[in-house]
Amino acid sequence: MSPRLAKALIHGLLIGAAAIAIAPLLYMLSVSFMPQGEASALPPPVLPTHPTLANYRELFLNAGMGRYLVNSLLISTAITVVSLAFNLMAGYAFAKLEFKGRQRIFQVLLGALVIPAQVAMLPLFLLLKYMGLVNTYGAVIVPALATIFGIFLVRQYASGIPDDLMEAARIDGAGEFRIFATIVMPLLKPIMVTLAIFTFLAAWNDFMWPLIALTGQEHYTLPIALASLSREHVQDSELMMAGSVVTILPVLVLFLALQRYYLEGLLMGSVKG
Amino acid sequence: MNTSRAAWLFITPALIILGLFFLLPVIAALILSVTDYDLYALADIRNLRFVALQNYWQLLQRPLFWSALGHTVYFVVVGVPLSLFASLGAAMLLNSPLARFKPFFRTALFAPVVTTVVAVAVIWRYLFNTKYGLVNYALDSIGMPTVDWLGDPHWAMPTIILFAVWKNFGYNMIIFMAGLQAIPGDLYEAARIDGASAFAQFRHITLPMLKPTMLMVSILTVSGYFQLFAEPYVMTEGGPLQSTTSVLYLMYEEGFKWWNLGSASAVAFILFVIMFAVTATMLRLSRQGEKA
Repeated sequence: MSPRLAKALIHGLLIGAAAIAIAPLLYMLSVSFMPQGEASALPPPVLPTHPTLANYRELFLNAGMGRYLVNSLLISTAITVVSLAFNLMAGYAFAKLEFKGRQRIFQVLLGALVIPAQVAMLPLFLLLKYMGLVNTYGAVIVPALATIFGIFLVRQYASGIPDDLMEAARIDGAGEFRIFATIVMPLLKPIMVTLAIFTFLAAWNDFMWPLIALTGQEHYTLPIALASLSREHVQDSELMMAGSVVTILPVLVLFLALQRYYLEGLLMGSVKG
Repeated sequence: MNTSRAAWLFITPALIILGLFFLLPVIAALILSVTDYDLYALADIRNLRFVALQNYWQLLQRPLFWSALGHTVYFVVVGVPLSLFASLGAAMLLNSPLARFKPFFRTALFAPVVTTVVAVAVIWRYLFNTKYGLVNYALDSIGMPTVDWLGDPHWAMPTIILFAVWKNFGYNMIIFMAGLQAIPGDLYEAARIDGASAFAQFRHITLPMLKPTMLMVSILTVSGYFQLFAEPYVMTEGGPLQSTTSVLYLMYEEGFKWWNLGSASAVAFILFVIMFAVTATMLRLSRQGEKA
């Protein structure tokens, strides 16, 4: 095959693949601007004839989408901020601080990685019920405040910090918390960004556990609300597409803005694992 | 303050969360699975009885359990190779020295990964709508027979598999790209000088060099695909004729629709054991392959 032909072939395939990946998302955007009923016609329209924001208005004014959006933001932000702190501290301690049982505890955590989260869900529901947390934000937030994956990621990264830095500070009489806050944290900044995006996206997109733990509409996150709406409004394609746009857009924008960190984290978490 | 005490303070918050909300429930699930925990026990714990392995035994005799397992295995056995194939293909295209605009293509191909399953499942449900969907319209306009994608028990699972491949291939694509970049360029150089074809280079250099990456990616994807739940929940509600009811879907219905928490825990444990056995076997087989 001549290089020119190979080049054309490669780009043809790349364009085709990219189109398949992106087209459903663009189509969602287009249908979301169609007036009600337009999408249920033959042939299926590709672009709205009279673009309208009516579906978005309907979602936010009558379907409570504003509330679900706030719920999602609140829950995902709380999980991200607190779990970041907990995972950073633990990951750093496992990497750099000497204590009895360090190896053993870490091995138990690594071993637990093979257990799928769903195994814990039934007793977790009962536990939270006895704690009075079912159908509160806490039911989704609290169990997510630390992750083995996050601790593992931070530990990998923190192992690269030279011990001399901490030793010098200790000789100068700095306490461990001070060392962590002033020396270690700034060095961990890249992994903090990576872990924060990972956590936020995972919390935002999470489906099964919020579906179980949030039994009342007032606490629904966007995915749960969308799933419930789509069961009621099977025929209202335009409305559902607008709902999908509201659900996807925030995470897509976040990813586009910080994708370098996200992809680096993806490789760290898997290749070295 | 000594380092050891500080270390414990550093790890305690995370250990409390993981211990109380993950490890403890896992152990509790094992206990739950040998009880008849149901709606009556939920109301009054004194109704709880120890039933030994009865939950497991009854599950193994239920046709729905076997069909759910069958559907899940179908999803894994067909979905994982297709996903890996798509990921590797995309990674090789992106990795080609001839390809231009790589960052753009990489972002476009990866975009489905970060989207919310529920939201994109809603889109696919519309695209594959029997009457108004673009897919059937396109098939019809090129003279092909249309398909009742999500309404026909034979087609619902293939449609969900297509969806999963579309949604997930970008993730492994990134990992494969890193794997491809780690292959020394002079291997290909030497092969070219020896006159090896592109296909021969792929078979004798790319594939063997990618083997460790391939193994890790397969294991991760297999465990992920065994956890099929949101897709059938949104796209088909487990139907039609329960043809897309997965093991986790069964666990969800058993536990949170019928409140048979004991039997649902048994479902969860069986799934865990199967996942563990399958991934351990994959690991072992690949090690044997290396020795031979």
